[in-house]
Parts: sequence; C-alpha cells; structure tokens
Amino acid sequence: MKRVYVNEKWCLGCHLCEYNCAFANSGVDDMVKALKGKTIAPRIRVEESDSINFAVSCRHCDNPLCVKGCISGALSIQDGVISIDSDKCVGCYTCVLSCPYGCISTSEAGAVQKCELCTKNADGIPQCVAGCPNNAIVFEER
Amino acid sequence: MAIEYLYPQFEVLRNPDRCIACRVCERQCANEVHHFDTDLQKMVSDESKCVNCHRCVSLCPTRALKITKTNHQFRENANWTGEVIEEIYRQANSGGTLLSSMGNPKNYPIYWDKMLINASQVTNPSIDPLREPMEIRTFLGKKPTTIERDENGKIIPNLSPRLELDIPVMFSAMSYGSISYNAHESLARASKAMGTYYNTGEGGLHEDFYKWGDNTIVQVASGRFGVEKDYLDAGAAIEIKIGQGAKPGIGGHLPGTKVASDISRTRMIPEGTDAISPAPHHDIYSIEDLRQLVYSLKEATAYKKPVIVKISAVHNVAAIASGIARSGADIIAIDGYRGGTGAAPTRIRDNVGIPIALALASVDQRLREEGIRDNVSIVVGGSIRNSADIIKAIALGADAVYIATAALLSLGCHLCRTCQNGKCNWGIATQRPELVKRLNPDIGSERLINLLTAWGHEIREMMGGMGINSIEALRGNRLMLRGIGLNEKELEILGIKHAGE
Amino acid sequence: MLKEGQYHIPSGCAISGIFHKDGRRTDGTEIIRSISTMHDRSNGLGGGFAAYGIYPEYADCYAFHLFYDDPSVKDICEKFLEEHFEIASMSRIPTRKHPSITDEPLIWRYFVVPRRYKLIETQLSEDEFVVRCVTRINHKFAGAYVFSSGKNCGVFKAIGFPEDVGLYYRLEEYEAYSWTAHGRYPTNTPGWWGGAHPFAMLDFTIVHNGEISSYDANRRSIEMHGYKCDLLTDTEAITYIFDYLIRRKGLTLEEAAHVVAAPFWSTIEKMPPQQKAEYTYLRDAFAGLLINGPFSIMLGFTGGVMALNDRLKLRSMVVGEKDEDVYIASEEAAIRVIQPELDKIWAPRGGEPVIVTLNEDAQGKE
Repeated sequence: MKRVYVNEKWCLGCHLCEYNCAFANSGVDDMVKALKGKTIAPRIRVEESDSINFAVSCRHCDNPLCVKGCISGALSIQDGVISIDSDKCVGCYTCVLSCPYGCISTSEAGAVQKCELCTKNADGIPQCVAGCPNNAIVFEER
Repeated sequence: MAIEYLYPQFEVLRNPDRCIACRVCERQCANEVHHFDTDLQKMVSDESKCVNCHRCVSLCPTRALKITKTNHQFRENANWTGEVIEEIYRQANSGGTLLSSMGNPKNYPIYWDKMLINASQVTNPSIDPLREPMEIRTFLGKKPTTIERDENGKIIPNLSPRLELDIPVMFSAMSYGSISYNAHESLARASKAMGTYYNTGEGGLHEDFYKWGDNTIVQVASGRFGVEKDYLDAGAAIEIKIGQGAKPGIGGHLPGTKVASDISRTRMIPEGTDAISPAPHHDIYSIEDLRQLVYSLKEATAYKKPVIVKISAVHNVAAIASGIARSGADIIAIDGYRGGTGAAPTRIRDNVGIPIALALASVDQRLREEGIRDNVSIVVGGSIRNSADIIKAIALGADAVYIATAALLSLGCHLCRTCQNGKCNWGIATQRPELVKRLNPDIGSERLINLLTAWGHEIREMMGGMGINSIEALRGNRLMLRGIGLNEKELEILGIKHAGE
Repeated sequence: MLKEGQYHIPSGCAISGIFHKDGRRTDGTEIIRSISTMHDRSNGLGGGFAAYGIYPEYADCYAFHLFYDDPSVKDICEKFLEEHFEIASMSRIPTRKHPSITDEPLIWRYFVVPRRYKLIETQLSEDEFVVRCVTRINHKFAGAYVFSSGKNCGVFKAIGFPEDVGLYYRLEEYEAYSWTAHGRYPTNTPGWWGGAHPFAMLDFTIVHNGEISSYDANRRSIEMHGYKCDLLTDTEAITYIFDYLIRRKGLTLEEAAHVVAAPFWSTIEKMPPQQKAEYTYLRDAFAGLLINGPFSIMLGFTGGVMALNDRLKLRSMVVGEKDEDVYIASEEAAIRVIQPELDKIWAPRGGEPVIVTLNEDAQGKE
C-alpha cells in the first residue's frame, strides 16, 4: 500500500507541509481565507532539533495500537488507511496516548484528528507530499 | 563610518492581506531578511539584506511576497548612473576590488538575437521530426587524415579518441567548491541520462562521483587541484583550462572558509586553506608549452582520452585557436564574455573579452582557411541561452555547445549574482550543509534532463524546418543564417548575409 | 544583374541516363527523346548532357570544353593552356543555330596533355595537375570557364530546354556508351551557361535533381581541401565531394555513397560489429560531406555510372534494365518512351547506390 514516507535527508524544515495539511483539511478553497490569523492544527508536524528536521504524520501501521485501543470503535482500518469516524469518537484520547509517533491530536471539533492521506478532503492525494519543495515527503509503495 | 551611503537596492513587498505568517520566508532566507515580530504579530523584513534571489517568493504558499527594484534614486544622470555612483561608495568604504558573479550583465549586443534562421519553402521540403529520423548525435575529436585499409581492403577505423554526444550540449566547467555536492550530482546524473558530459571544473572529482566518470570531463587548470592519475583516468576527456569567459587572464580564488573537509579532500589541499589558481599555468608561458602539457596528459592516460583546451574569447582568439589546433589538442572550447563564474572582479567580468558568436565565427573561418578545421572540434559556451542559440552556434561552425548558467537556472538559480557570498538559498553556490540540502538531486537531475529534452525537441524541429535531418549538415552551414540590424563589418566577421539578401 | 556564381540559386530538375554495359555506342537521339519527355521538369533555364566514349581518337588526351565571354579572355586563357599543356588539337565545338538558344558564349574544345616538365616541376600526378589548372582557370580568369575536362568524354550544356540544347550541340553526331542528361528548373535566371548541368571534374560528371539543404556546410568543408566553389551550385559542390572522396581519399563508390547519403544511426546500430564500425567511421570522419535534403544524382565516370538518392528518398528516381542496357531517370515515362519493353524496373531506396559498369570484356575498349 502507498504510504507517506519522510526523507529526513531532504527535509528543509520549511514547515510548508503543515500549512498545506491545514489548508487541505480546512474545507475552504482559499489558503488565505483558511489560515490567515489562525493558529493551525495540522496532522503532520515537523520535528526539529539542531540541524535535523523531519515531518511526522500517521504511519498507518499494519497493527495499529490506536485502533486496538479505541474504546468506541471510531478508529478503523479501511483499505489500509487508518480512518476516524468523528461521530463515534467520544474524546477519551486513548489513541493520543497510545500512538508511539504522536500522530493523533485533539481537535477543536471535539473528536481527535489524524492524517487520513487526504482521502476525505477535496484533494484526494496527500497535500503535504504535493506541496513539499524538496521531495522530502513522498507517497509511495515500499 | 557612521554614514550609510548605500540605500538598499530592493524592496520586499509583502501583501498583508495574503500573508498567513507561516514563516517559510524566514526559515528559507539565509540572508535573514524576514522575521516574525512577536510584538507586532506579523512578518517584517530588512530589505538591506535582500539579494533578490526569489527563494522566499517561490516558496510563499499564498504569493504574498514580491521583490522590486527600489525607486529610490540619485538625481538622473546618463553618465554617472546610480550603479556607477554606488560602486564608488562601496570602494570608498572598503578599499577593495569589486566582486561579482555569473556573467557579464551589461548592455552589449547579443549577437544570437541579431541572427535569424532559415526554413524550407517549395524548392526543397521541410522534414517532419515526428515522422522522420532527426539526427543530432555528435562526435567530438580529431578527424582522421588518412584512410587505412587492411589486407582485404577493409577500412580500419583509425579514429582518435573522441566524445560521443547524444545531444550537442554539454555542461561546462563548474568546480565542486564553487557549486555544491548536490549540484554536481544533479549534473552528473543528468549527463548520464542524456548521453552527454559534465565538467569537474578545477575542483577535483569527489570520490562519490567516480562512478559517473564515463560522463565526466576532468579539468586540469592552473592550480592543478585534485589532479592525479586516477582522476585523469576517471574522466572521458581531459580539459586544460587556460581561461574562462567571465574572467579572462586571471586566476581563481576559493576562500579557505569554503574549503571544508570534503572539498579539501577532493581538491587535495589542506582544510581551511585558500585555494588559489594562478592566472597563467606556470608551465605554459607559450604555445609550445601547451603542446607539452597536452602530450603529458595524453601520455599519462595512454592516448585513450581526447584533450580539450579551453580558452576565453579574447581579441586574438582566431590566431590562438589556430595554435591550439596544431598543439595536439582534440577539442577547443571557447568561452565568451557572457560566461558565468562563482566570483570575479566586476571590472574584468564586465569589460574583458569578446562576444562568443564573433569569436566562434572567426575561429571556424580561420581554421578552415588554414585547412586545419578537422584537426579539432569546436565547443562554445558563454551564454547559450536556448535551443535557437545552439542552432545558430552550430550553423556558424560549432560542433557542440557548453552550457552552465542555463543549467544552474534549471536547478533553481535566479541569477541574483551573489554566489561570492556563499549563501545561495537555492543550494547551488554554497557549501553550508543546511543550504546544500535544499537541492535534491532527484529533482535537480530531472529538471536538467527536462531542459535538455525540451531543447532536443526544439533543435530537431528547427532542423526539420530547414530541411536538415542530420546535425552535421547544419554545422558551418552559414547560409542558414541571416543577420538583422548588423553592419557590414559584423556580417563579414560572422560570414553571413543580411536578412533580405 | 548578378550572374550565377555570385549568389546561390536553388533549382529543381529532371535527369536521365542511358548506359550500354556491353560498350556499344549509340548517338544522342535517344537521350534527347528521353529527357524531352520530362519537359515540364525544366523551365528553359538550363539543359545539358554528358557522354562517355565520344573521343576515341583522342582517348589519351584530356578533352577541355571551354566557354569564353569574349575573344580577349580566350587569348589569355590559351596562353595559359599553351604554357601548361601540349595541345593536340583545338577547335570550335560544332553547333547548330537554334531560335531558343541565345546569348551564346564562344565554345571551344581542346585535346591536351600536361607538359612533362610541368609535371616534374610541380611533382603532381597528372590528374591533380589538371584539376589545379582547371580550378585556376575557372577561379582566376574572369570570362573563361572549363566545363568539361575528362578523357574520352565530354559535357555539352547551355541555357535552354535540354532537347533544344541537344539539337544545338548536334549530339546526333556523337556516339557514346554512356549518356546522362539534365533539364534544369532554377528559381532564378542564372545569367550564363556555366550554371547548367552536368557539372564535371576530370571524368566525373554529375547531374542532379533537388536542392540540398546542407549546401553551405558541404561547400565550406570541401573548400578546406583546395576546391573553390565558384558557381555556388549544389551540383558543383557534389562533384567536388565525389572527386575528393574517390580520387583523393581512395574511397570506393559505395563508400563514397555512404558518406554523402549516410545510413541513419538507427540503421547503423543494427549492423554487425565490423560493418557498424566502418559506417560509423565514414559518417564521423567525413561528417561535413554528408549531403542533406532532397537529391537524385547520377555520377558518370569512365566505364560506369552511379545513381544515388538522398537518405529519405525525397526525389523520384527509377532504374530500368533491358538486356545490356540500363536506364536511369527521374520518371519512368522517360525510360518507357525509349524502351517500352524492360526486363526489370525499380525505384532504388534512399541512400542505396545503383552502380553500373561496363562488362569485363567491354572494359578498356571504351
């Protein structure tokens, strides 16, 4: 299955992936309208320390702890993509605690949010990948 | 000096309605122009640091930025222009030689733009490159002078060592040091993919790049950096660099700060020392000395590799080329005054040398008059900007062209002409690891391949229009060119007629 | 008005050739009939013929055909000829007045042999000496022009339709084992007769149809080897190219054909290694002599003729055979009109030379 992978070697720490993610999942068709004056809550985060940077988002594990731990059945694997059904999410945050990568976060809407490979927004393909200026984030079969 | 004489050249225009304060501009500017002001809660910029490289503009996701020339000006003066005045201020401040980079930007004539290309109408057919073979394969090297046959009368292919190019475009010399590891890797990979060559410049060959040796021209310049037996053996050809178009008559200087461990190893000099290339080769003070170096290199490589001699286009270029054609060299590379550089004294860059089109025309004609044109191939560089320039160069008599500035542009260079600062935001003319990594060779090589592929299509299209389906039938075919707006003397030197004639 | 030689004129054309492999000689009637069939392929601005085996009585002499603009240049030129050659015979070339052939120059013929002491002095071969003298006359003596210089062969050409030119030169009075003919369609008035075809150098004669697009590349390459392209015609350049490749470089006809109409690299790639190396060698070593653009040519030489099309076969050319006779023409009609019954007729592929030579027992008797 194609997944989002990150090449630390090429990550510039520019953080554009975070903005592209936030924009893609905003449901708004203009980036300025979507993001201006807002603190963004993207599903991908650039981790940085000294001269090392890399972006982290859901790994879509084959045996995901988050799905195992979900008490309400809100998290499930659909065609390999770990998806969230926000109607079922009760906001217990078990998944947030159990994800070893820290890739599930809380959202203003109450339910948790996570990368769903842009399958649920208008773009259909991961926008962090599409907008990465240096091929540091790729969407591929490995 | 308390008085600041220089006003910033550029203005950073930020559209506040569009800026989402994502800070990508701040993170990507090595010159530290942008920062987020926490008090004002917005992005601000210090335009005095801006070099107009467009890295921030290109990465801004909301197109909130643009850079313009400042409209701040001196009292108008056609003679003492703002640029002239500012240069005097700078020198009065520093006491130093003015430095700049890339090619001569002055308003001299561009001869490529004063020549027009022919097309077939009625009396012979144009050829459709989509339907018919359109051949642009090119060989560089000496032509044989005698036909030898075996006892059965079969021709013995007694060709001297040569380069075979699938497209008559090569990447010209740029050293590892003047450009980055990733830039070199991009050039090497693109050369392999396109069946052409890149050139190490005077920076030696990084150990990682020996694997691309078959597509590498190794340079031997006056500093002899990185030159040793394995290096000479690694390349497909050896280039003796006498001069370069951007700075004819002077040497080079890579400051010690740029000679970090990798570069010092590749150049084979101690870390942190200045890499100084002398102005002349100190073993070449005359043409017969050149012959000795040519043959020393051939001897060292068992006569298996063609030797290129690269000179800059200077006033007496035809006579010099004639001497080189008799020196044993297989290829002459001529670099015009628009040729780029990582750093050159401004006055030299802007005032020394001659246009490549004129140099090429006179060299080709001279070598033909002397009957020695087949002794050598001619490669020209120094601002080949597009496929039409290539067609014109070949019609004037070139065998192939060298490109460098165009290659860098395709890698992202925006010609801000501040390579000498070593803070290239595009990861090209820099050795700072965090900047070098900005140029991913996967992307870089693909863009170079795209550029050459596109030019290849255009070259074939123009050839077909002229009714030519083989590049050798275009070479030196000056009837395919007409001058526009040129005077008698220029036409005479170019060996072409005026449009309408 | 500028005359041809001062500028480059593109032209289209018709060609025709008859070759008797058994060495049998026939007069010019048939070749005139053949070329006149293709009347519309020429426009009256040039026609000409080459004939081989026509001067058996002077077989060892170079037969020079010259155009002179006026008697004064004739005097100068004859002095030069006298100095360099022993002249066995000289005369006007017999012509017949024709209403559409005008602006006649003086047309003279000389049978000459290079003076021995000149050959010793210059240390040149006979052929090379003749070539240099011809080049010198054509290049240096304004108003004099050697348009034929081979042994036992001759070129006859003028401004006019080829059938009229044939009548004008009384070709029915010559007998040849090989005839080639040319009707020209230049896009500009040539201004004088030198530009008509065939073009000759020693016993090489070329008739050519098509406008080559590589002209200036070829011209500038061949001029490097001592040739002077005074006429600025494609045919002149092509003649010099063949002279250079065959006479000076010792290539065979086939090899020379593979230089001027080289196979595509894609074809060469598929050849067995030795052949591939040979073809690559020829293309690379003589790159400047590759002829591009449309052409069909006939190269006449002592004892044979070669027909060749450009690599893409952009010009028409057919070859027919009947018993010991070979016919070559731009159009099949031009063959059928003189030989309706053919054993074989075909259109040679682009770049594939058709070489016809005298049968072994006819050789030496030409």
